[in-house]
Formats: sequence, C-alpha cells, structure tokens
Amino acid sequence: MNQIFNIHGGIHPPERKELSNPGRVIDATTPSKLVLPITQHIGAPARPIVEVGDAVLGGQMIAEAQGPVSVPVHAPSSGTVTAIEARAVPHASGLTDTCIEITLDGLDQSIAYEGVEDWRAQSKTLLLERIRLSGVTGLGGAGFPTAIKLASDRDKGIHTLIINGTECEPYITADDTVMQCFAQQIVEGSEILAHIVGAQTVLFAIEDNKPEATDAMRQAAAALDMAEVVTFPTKYPSGGEKQLIEILLNTQVPSGGIPADLGVLCQNPSTAIAVRDAIIDGRPLTHRITTVTGMSLNEPGNRRVMLGTPIGELLAHAGFHAEQADRVLHGGPMMGFAVTDLAMPVVKITNCILAPTRSEIPPPQAQQPCIRCGMCAEACPASLLPQQLYWYARAKDQEQLERHNLMDCIECGACAYVCPSHIPLVQYYRSAKGALREAVKEQVRSDNSRGRFEARQTRLEQEAAAREAKRAARKAAAEARAQAGDDPVQAAIERAKAKKAQQEESS
Amino acid sequence: MSLLHVSSPHFHKPVSSVEQVMKQVLLATIPGVLALTWFFGPGTLINIVFGSILALGFEAWALWLRGKDYKSPLKDHSIVVTATLLCIALPPYAPWWLITIGIGVSVLLGKHVFGGLGYNPFNPAMVGYVVLLVSFPLQMSSWTEPRGIGEVPGIIDAFTALFASSAYDGVTAATPLDLFRQNSGMLFEDLMSTTPELAGPIAGLGWDIVNLAFLAGGVWLLRQRIFTWHAPIGMLAAISLCALIGYDEGSSAGGGSVLFHLFSGATMFGAFFIITDPVSSAVSNKGRLIFGALVGVLVYLIRVYGNYPDAVAFGVLLLNFAAPLIDQYTQPTVYGTKKVEVDE
Repeated sequence: MNQIFNIHGGIHPPERKELSNPGRVIDATTPSKLVLPITQHIGAPARPIVEVGDAVLGGQMIAEAQGPVSVPVHAPSSGTVTAIEARAVPHASGLTDTCIEITLDGLDQSIAYEGVEDWRAQSKTLLLERIRLSGVTGLGGAGFPTAIKLASDRDKGIHTLIINGTECEPYITADDTVMQCFAQQIVEGSEILAHIVGAQTVLFAIEDNKPEATDAMRQAAAALDMAEVVTFPTKYPSGGEKQLIEILLNTQVPSGGIPADLGVLCQNPSTAIAVRDAIIDGRPLTHRITTVTGMSLNEPGNRRVMLGTPIGELLAHAGFHAEQADRVLHGGPMMGFAVTDLAMPVVKITNCILAPTRSEIPPPQAQQPCIRCGMCAEACPASLLPQQLYWYARAKDQEQLERHNLMDCIECGACAYVCPSHIPLVQYYRSAKGALREAVKEQVRSDNSRGRFEARQTRLEQEAAAREAKRAARKAAAEARAQAGDDPVQAAIERAKAKKAQQEESS
Repeated sequence: MSLLHVSSPHFHKPVSSVEQVMKQVLLATIPGVLALTWFFGPGTLINIVFGSILALGFEAWALWLRGKDYKSPLKDHSIVVTATLLCIALPPYAPWWLITIGIGVSVLLGKHVFGGLGYNPFNPAMVGYVVLLVSFPLQMSSWTEPRGIGEVPGIIDAFTALFASSAYDGVTAATPLDLFRQNSGMLFEDLMSTTPELAGPIAGLGWDIVNLAFLAGGVWLLRQRIFTWHAPIGMLAAISLCALIGYDEGSSAGGGSVLFHLFSGATMFGAFFIITDPVSSAVSNKGRLIFGALVGVLVYLIRVYGNYPDAVAFGVLLLNFAAPLIDQYTQPTVYGTKKVEVDE
C-alpha cells in the first residue's frame, strides 16, 4: 500500500489555511440562547419531545428520531426551552425549519453519561443503536446519519475504512485541528467503526499540506495494526469521497453507486470522535470544532462550539468587522453557501464559518458568453464536459444532460473557478439536476398510474371473462338438461299451470 | 448589514477572463507578425491596425443593430483577435476595400448572424478569408517577394497600397506553395535548390522563419494553458504522416517533404491560431485531436491535389461542419461509468 494514484482534473486555489491557525482549539463563548433545528441531517426531521417552559440539561434528548433515516437532537447545555418555532437555518436554499430555542442558565449542568462497557463484546446492533441515539451524523458536510451508513454498508461487506482527513477546501482547518489535537480519540473511534463494519484495513488519508496532523496521526495510529496513514499531493477536490477512493485505491465508485459497492466506507475524523464519545463516554453529539475564519475577523481560529450557537455571536466572539464583509459563508469558498441571516445557528454539518473581506473574495464578475475554451473540462474531477452541460442545461435538453452524465457532477465548483467567462456553472447544474430529478419522479408517477390503469383493465377483463364463462356454463348446463328431456321452459310452464290450477281450486 | 446571497463557488481564479484569454492570443501573434514584417515589410502590421479599427466599428454596429449593450463586448478583444488573424492571412499589401469586405464578412456573417461571441459555428476569420479567396483570387494571391530576393516595401508603399492601390506599383511574387504547385518537371530537390524563393534554411525563404515564429507563439499559448496540445499536434502529425506517405524521394509529381509542408504557408499559424479557436472546434480533447488531424489531412490533400496552393481555411471550415458529429462520438468516459467486467 502507500501507492498513490492520480485523479483527472482538479485545481489549486489559494489555500489560506494558516489564517485560522490550525492545531489550536479556542473555547467559543457560551451564548445566552441556543437555536437547535430539528433537521441537522439528511432524512426525516426529529420530533420535539420538550415543550416551551421545560427545563433541560446538557446531553438531554430534546427531539427524537422519527423513522429509520433520522437522528435525535440533544441539548448542549442546561437551560429552559423558550420557543419551538420556524427559524432560518443553514441551507443552500435559505429555508426555515422548526427550531427549539433554549435560553441557557449558564450553569452548564448535564445529565450523567454512561458509556458502553467493553464495547468489543457488545453486539453490533447495540453499538449502532447507541450511535443513532447519540445523534451522530457525518460531520464533514453532508450530514448523513452515521448509524444508517454503517448499517447499510454492513450487508455488502466492508474491507477498508477510510478516515477522510483530506480537507481540500480552502480556509478550513477543522479536520486538521481535530487530527492534531485529538488523534488518539480519532484512532479509538476508527477502531469502533472498523469493528462494526468488519473492516480489515483503516486508512487515514491526509493531504500533504498538513504535516503536523500527519505526524500526530502516525503516532496515534502506531498502536493499531490495521491502520495506516497515507498522504498525497494537495489538490482540490481530492477530499471528495469518490476522488479520494480513486487516489487511494485506484478504483472508481460506479455511477449512481456508493463506496460500499466497492467494500469501502469513508468517515470524517470528527465523526470518528463523535462515535467514540457516543460509545465509550456515552456522550451525545452536542459540540463540534468549527473553523471561524476570514480577514474581516480579529481573531480567526478553530473553536469548540455548542451546536445551536447563532453564527452572529460566534463571529462577534472572533472580532467581526461587519462593515468589511459583504458575505458570510457556511462552509468553504468552493462548496459553501451564503448565510442569509446571522441569527442562523451552527449545526452538526457546520465545519466552517467564513467571513471574508470584499477584497479577499470580491463580488462575482459579470457573466460573459461561453467560448467553449474547455478549461472547465480540464478541471473537472469527474471527467465531465461542463461546457456542454452548460449549453444543454440552458436548452433544458434533458436527454443530452443524461447522456452527458449530469448526475455524476459532484458540484465541487472547479469548472466555475477556472471559467474565464465567469459563468456560475454549478448553479446551472443544480437547477438542471432538480429538473431532471423532478422529471424522473414524474416518469415514475406516470408509470405507476399506467401500471394501475393496466392492472384495473386486466382485472375488469378477467371479471368479464369470468362472468361470461359462468353464463356459458349455465347455458351449457341448461341445454344439456333440455336435451336430457327436462326442458326447463316446459317445466316452468307446467309449474305455473299447476299453481294456477291450485289457486282455482282453493278459491 | 445586507448579505450577498450568491451560489458557490465563491472563489474564482484570479486574472482569468475572456479578455485575458484574447489578450494572450494577441500577444502570441507578435513573433509571427514581426517575422512577416521583417520579410515582407510593414504591410501586415498596417493591415492589422486598419482591420482592427474596422472590426471594432462593425462589431459596434452589429451590436447596436441587435439591440445589445455594445460597451463590454467591445472590451473583450475577441473581435480584435478575429481581425488580427484575418489580416495575418491576407496578402500584406491588400487594398482597403479587400480588407473592408473581409472584415465585414467575418464580423457580420461569421459572427453576428449566429448570435455573436460563443455562438458562431464557423471560424469567423476563415469565413472572411474564404469569401475573399473565391471572390478576388487575383488580389488574394498577390504576395510580395521576401527580403533577400526583392526590395521590401516601406511604410509609404504600404499606405499607398492600402488606400490608392492603383497607384501602388508593387512587385508580386509566387509563394513557395505556389511554386510547388506550379512545378511540373523538376525533381523536388532541384526545385528547392534552384529556386531562390525556396532557398530558405528549411522550407522557403522567409516562410520557414515565419512558421517558426508562429510555432513559438503557439507553444507559449500552450504553456499558458489557453488550449491543449490535441488540435495542433493532431494537425501537425497528420500533415507529417501524409507528407511522409506521399513523399516519393522527390520526383516532380511527388508530394513534397515533411519539413516543406510543416514550415510552408499557413501550417503553424493554422495549427496554433486557427484550429485552436474553441468556439467552432470539437469539444473534448479526443475530439480536438481528431478535428486537428482531419484538418491536417485536408490541408495536405488540397495542397497536393487541389486547386488552391494552401488549404488551412478550407480545411478548417469543412471540419467546423463536422465538429458536432465528432462531439457525438468522442465524449470522454465520465468517472464511475467505465465498463467493468463483472464476475457473475
């Protein structure tokens, strides 16, 4: 092992990682209020199990998972529930969601935590249930419920667990910091993860721009026989799950598939820690390390933040000069989205809050016509033809969009980064993908109703045929009887006659 | 504070714009234009200046007619690139009306009837060039003698030729490709050694240096990653291969040597400045390789068997037609769609 493979395309944007001083964790301020959305993961929203006025303790579950693909939400600290209502939440489309507001009492009391004793001896089902009840989701960005990912992978047989410490997105140093400061916990968490899915190999994947994190991980991983730390050249987007698998294993995740199809599972280092905390300490996911950075801040850095902390308060704690910034980003500059309201809270997927100055990340330039120069195709890590997708997206030509594999776009933004015409390509793809998904759904719907119609048609025909057969059988029986001598008509006439005669007699 | 709500990515590559790309293409023509100016006098240079001014005027007019904002498209330099490329291809002492017609056709018929920048299916400069070539064959084949054989015209001659062509008494001479095509009895080696115009170090006095200069500019553009190597290498490889196959040790009926074809006429200019026009060429790298190779084959065939001494313009226009077809069959394999053998 240790051999590294290349991926197609990729870019080298300015990294600007030293700005947030990786390797040091600052304790963030304790806000007066926390705002906890009931959906901080992919899947069904959790259901609030507290009411306004209830007192809650740190670690207490305040919303329970609903359905299999869902995770609960826990209170990070003690206080009183003061509102349960729709608020603005971090989302690319600027949606609102039901949030539980907790006014903190400042005492930071918590429930008693109880870890799983001797986890190696426990059943996988129990461990998965613990992970699920602790509200653990992927902390790298997508927020998929970890227990589901582990459980669904289990059936297919996982041989390799990859802890993705690539962190190729500029500015963000949360994973770097976590690896430098909590390497031991990452290794422990990885061991639990490997145990659950039955992996024989654990790879800690780190880009070569993080030598301190690499050293820390090497030291910690030395104790684990099946583990290996692998470094590879810095290039965006090497940290994309599919790209990373190609870099490490020289195979590609099939289009429309998941890494488990190859027997591979990827997890973020912070997720490994959350799993460790859930199993060994019995502590639910209530805090995370978030990079708070940008030139408009006096004190950028990595902060240990309570989930639910309003982004505005976090920025204020870092010395925010609002007049210098015209946008605040949730996530990094390549894939993050613009925050529309500083009252939005930090959630489980918030790995970075970026508040750049206007000169640091200038406003977008006016779009010019596409000259099909092909720089986007050179940069695309999925070997797509972004320029063609752009034309077809504008033409709403869904057949060609499918033929050019629009759905394999990972929305990394490398194409738009290099585009000399400053075309917001990813925006076109997102919208076209939405339309394509809608069309597929529509197709399924119409297929279903056609199926139902045809089934009904068949049923009606069958019923009619059955009736016809019955009638024919009756007719045949009657005819048979007639031939045998007892004509039913004659018999009926005689019966009538007999009846009439009877009536006449009695009268 | 009002927050800017824009979609990702928020980063953009610094100093990358259409303007910048066009500027680099213009810069890359400098060695070639200097070489042309050294060997043939200031004609090309003056054509370029005159043609560019005209092109800006035509572009502004077309944009105004189409009801478009005409300030920012004029600043993207794309029309100056078109004009420059056309004027490099024109004979250096062409009259004003020839240039005007050529530029007008390029801008209006080559570009704006299709919707302007990015929408033209054909290379606009080559549209203008071919219209002139078939309409005014005499004026289009009036090249001067290169320095070393004849007197190189001066600035005054150049302006006379441009604005009062009837008063201009220039010496026109055949280009190496003309001489090659007109050759009927001489062995290739003899033709090369006895004709002064063909006595250049590689392939014809002046022309080989001009080709080298365009090659240098092209390689610089390649290094600037303005385009990939596929189309130019495809074209040069195809020309070389054809010349290699067609070269019969130099008989009078043969096709000429590889070096002769590589460094004559518009080969390098075409390979690095014309077929690399991204708008009208194929899209994928594989497609561009095929596109370039087919242009190369056509250039060779027309040079050796056709009616015109050079053929880059025809080759490019014909392949512009074929580009969508090439695209249809050269889509790259997308991540995760590689066919893998499944063990059942």
